[in-house]
Order: sequence, then structure tokens, then C-alpha cells
Amino acid sequence: METKTAIVQIKNLFKSYKRGSQIIPVLQDITLDIADNEFMALMGPSGSGKSTLLNLIAGIDKVDSGSVSIEGIDITSLSETELAKWRSSHVGFIFQFYNLIPVLTAFENVELPLLLTGLSRKERKEHVRMALQIVNLTDRMDHYPSQLSGGQQQRVAIARAFVSDPAILVADEPTGDLDRVSAKEILDLMERLVHELGKTIIMVTHDPRAAEKAHIIRHLDKGVLNANTQAAS
Amino acid sequence: MQILKLLLKNSFRHKLRTSLTVFGITIAILAFGLLRTVVSAWYAGVEASSATRLITRNSISIIFFLPLSYKEKIRQIPGVKNISYSCWFGGIYISEKNFIPNFAVDAKTVFELWPEFVLTDKQKNDFLHDRKACVAGRKIAEKYGWKIGDTITLRGTIFPGNWDFTLRGIYKGAYKSSDETQFFFHWDYLNESMKKTSPNRADQVGWYVVGVKNPDLAADVAAAIDKTFKNSLAETITETEKAFQQGFVSMTEAIVIAVRIVSFVVIIIIMAVMANTMAMTARERIGEYAIMKTLGFGEWHIAGLIFGESLIIAFTGCAFGIAATYPAANAFGDAMSTYFPIFNVQSETIYMDIAASLVVGLVAAVFPAWRAVKLSIADGLRRIG
Repeated sequence: METKTAIVQIKNLFKSYKRGSQIIPVLQDITLDIADNEFMALMGPSGSGKSTLLNLIAGIDKVDSGSVSIEGIDITSLSETELAKWRSSHVGFIFQFYNLIPVLTAFENVELPLLLTGLSRKERKEHVRMALQIVNLTDRMDHYPSQLSGGQQQRVAIARAFVSDPAILVADEPTGDLDRVSAKEILDLMERLVHELGKTIIMVTHDPRAAEKAHIIRHLDKGVLNANTQAAS
Repeated sequence: MQILKLLLKNSFRHKLRTSLTVFGITIAILAFGLLRTVVSAWYAGVEASSATRLITRNSISIIFFLPLSYKEKIRQIPGVKNISYSCWFGGIYISEKNFIPNFAVDAKTVFELWPEFVLTDKQKNDFLHDRKACVAGRKIAEKYGWKIGDTITLRGTIFPGNWDFTLRGIYKGAYKSSDETQFFFHWDYLNESMKKTSPNRADQVGWYVVGVKNPDLAADVAAAIDKTFKNSLAETITETEKAFQQGFVSMTEAIVIAVRIVSFVVIIIIMAVMANTMAMTARERIGEYAIMKTLGFGEWHIAGLIFGESLIIAFTGCAFGIAATYPAANAFGDAMSTYFPIFNVQSETIYMDIAASLVVGLVAAVFPAWRAVKLSIADGLRRIG
């Protein structure tokens, strides 16, 4: 059996939130390795800490203690500025509500992360066209988000997530706002990203059907990661 | 370029709100520009003063006269190039509301001392050779429809009676700052009348205008003039024309200060309006800023977007405000030409408009930008579900 290298290594991670004087533990002693080119689903009831764990992996929240290493970089030691730079090239985000910028066209939304790179306008155009081609939306590139269906908006969001070629894509309930047909399209697309582009995807979901697409399913309950690793069918 | 496009699109995302804010800034800049122009107009006389002219007046007050005999004594003082004299006539044209600054002047020397009042040689000659002649500035001639040869009657207040003059010349200002609203006639004509009706008021002038050879020696010449008449029946005060004009302005300093304060209050008010607009905008977009942060946009980018949007709105309003200031100032200047003979929008006023807009744009964005920068991505994302 082939042993894959861990692209994400989480060790003894603790995270809590303060609510007034009360400290609410959210994640407790999480240790987790995610292999390169893996599609992992993270499941659990509401409030179990799934999204918080996803945020910590993506470097958009701070740990209380423990370490999160992505591609060998301990991101807990990075400053805000360093983290912003790191995110732009290492992680792509897919959200439940797509979160496209409403005043920008599909093309411009996908181009947005590339503005932080040193790519020329022509190069950016090529990258965006290619990304939109992969999500099969080249004919809608001049449309604004309000002119697109939910599924199409999510495909634009996915194109935006991988256009800068990050190794990891994090998805928070990517099918949560979609009908069954659109959800399937999105999940198929994410599967293609893993198989054809070699991306690692970490997806938070409540939907068992969505989780079935993943290679591996991990469960969180009350901030504790279930020891059982469930291989998806 | 894409960021600029995003800035522009963001700026006009809420068309009504942005339009109202831009409209507010336009009105504020217009009001600010007009008020600053009023202040400039107030000092126009001071600014238009010549460094080579001194004014000698009675040391008690400007309303007290000086003997005509001082003229030759002053002329003898070293450094004096030429001398003229004037007297405030205070005549009323038809009604009190038609204020015209009118002076009895020494016809032979007045245009020598005031070369900025330009008259054709023929008109100058006609004025000189007709004792009942008068000369009016272009603006008042246009205002009252006077033509060369017209008879103009002023009702005297300081010098009672109806005084008829024949318009022999219409002068133009040599510079933009030259006053084109004055009215001159022969002091000799006034003096002859005084000799007949009030002999004790004859051979008196309101003030002397002294041309100096070297502006650097103006202070010495002024001191020499006053020394000459020390302990006489009519002691003098001699000062530069600028100081003389400044003296008039300082009498109304409180009004100028009030106008200045109001002009800044207008800017402070619009700053609060603009800050409110930007606070609402940034609050609505917190989620978007969080998304942009996840994409790798740093704190400076987010702050830049907010400051940029604020500055675009402020400068759009500023541009409209400046564009509206010129026609408004022309209309205001025409309507108030009696009180403000020179009402020109100064380039300094435009710079102040731009500076005020810059300050409004920056100040309005400080708090929203600070909040957006400080807000954690996780908190921002939570707000959009």
C-alpha cells in the first residue's frame, strides 16, 4: 500500500472562545494528519468545532496552543501579514454561501486572488479562463453573481479557490445551500480537483451524501476528534 | 487597475446613498468655497494695495480733514515721488441701496497715483478739462447703464445738495484684483461749492496719497511726513496703503472671523455625514472584507479599499463643488458687487477645497478602516453565515 506524506499535521491543538468572563472550550487536544491529495470530510453535530478546526487549518483563526503545520510550515508562528501572504498561495476557500463579490463579474471574482501575484494581465486572463473552463463556466464569465444560479455561483467560487493553484482547498458546507442536482455537480467537480489537479480537500459537511464523496471521513464531537477514521465508500 | 475598478464599483454600489453623500459634499464645498471667497473679497482692497503708495490722514480719525496746504510740504520731503489727495464724498445715487464708493479727487494726479485704473487718453483729457466731469468704474457703469456723456446726479450726505456730474470716462482695472466700482469727480468742483456755502470746510482734503520713490524707504518717508506735522493743528498718521486698508478691514474683523468659523463648521458637518456613510458601508461589507482577507488581501489592502472609496466619494463631491463654485461666485459677485467690488475665486480657495475634501475623505474612513482591519476573519465570516 502506498504511504502518502501528510500535507497537514495538527498536534495537540486546543482552542477556546471567551464569552464575557466565561471560557468555552471548542477544540480539545486535536491531533490529526491529512495526507497529500486526500479528500477528507469532517462531520459532526452543530457546535462540535468543525468550522473552527477548518479555520485553524486555513490560518484564519488563532490556536490557544498546539501546532498546525501545512506543507512543513508551522502557521501558528506566522504573523497576520505573513499569514495573509501564505493564504494567498497555499489555501483556497469554498464557502456555503459562495461569498462572491457582487459588483464583480464571474471573471473578475476569479481573477481577484491573482491580483496579489506578480502575474501580468495576460497571464491572469489565461489562468482565469482555464479555471472557468474547468468549472465549465466560460460562457458565463461576464455575468454578475446575481445573474447566476446557486450552483453556478458555487462553481465560480471553486474556480476562485483554485485559480492561484493552492495545494489545499477548504470547504465549509459547500453544498449546504444547493439543491440535490447542483450539490452533486459541485461534489463531482471537487472530486475532479482531487483526481485531476492533485488538490487536497478538507470539507466540513452535515450531509452524509456529500461526505460519501470523500476518501476519508472524520467525526468531531464536543471538540474532540473521534478516534475512528471512516473510509468513505 | 482591477483594484481601482473595484473601488469605483464599490463607491457607487448604493447609488442613492452615494449620490446623496456626493450631493452633500458638493453643497458643502460650494458653501466653503463661497465663504472663503467672501473672506478673500473682504481683504481684496488690502491685497490690491500698492507698496509704493502711502496714505496720510488726520491722526484723530479719518473723518477729520487735513489742510490743502500740507500738499506742498509733503512734496518737499525726501523720497516722495508724487502726491494726490482725495475726499470721501458719501453721495447717494437715487436711493440708499445703490451704494457707490464716490470720491472727490485731484483730477490732475489721481491716475498718476493709481495706474491700475486704466482710462483712454481721450477720456482722461475730457475728464481733466471739465470741472463737472466724473469717471466711473466699468462695473458700476454697466450696472446702472451709464454711457459717456450721461448726467449722473448724486445726493450729498456729508456735503448736502444734489450734485450733477457728466460722465467723461469709464475706467477698466489693469488687474483682476483692481476695483472697478469706484466713482471719481473733481475735488475742485466740491471745493468751489464749499467756498460758497461752507467756507470753513473749504481747502480741506480727506487724505493724501503719497507715491514714494523706493518702497524700501516707505517707513522712513512716512515717519518724516508725520514728524513734519507734529504739534500742528492737524497732526497726521502716515501708513502704507495696505495698513490703511487693513485698518478698515479690522473694524469688521468679527464678521470675517464668523465667516471663517462657519466655513469650517460646514466642513465638519459634512465630515460627520461622510463618516456615517463610510461607517454604514464598511459595516455592510465586513463579510466581504473577511472573504478578501481569506484570499490573502492584507490589512493594508482592506484599509486601502475603505480609504479609497471614501476619497473617491469625497473628491467626486469636491469636483462638482468646485465646478459649481465658479458660476455661483459670479452670480453672487454680480448680486453683491456693491459690497464686494472684487469677488474672484482665488486659487488658494480651490486648494483649500481640495485639502478639505482630502481631510473629509481620510477622517471619514479612519474608524471604519480600523474596525475592518481589526476584525478577525472568523468573526467576519460568522456575520455572513
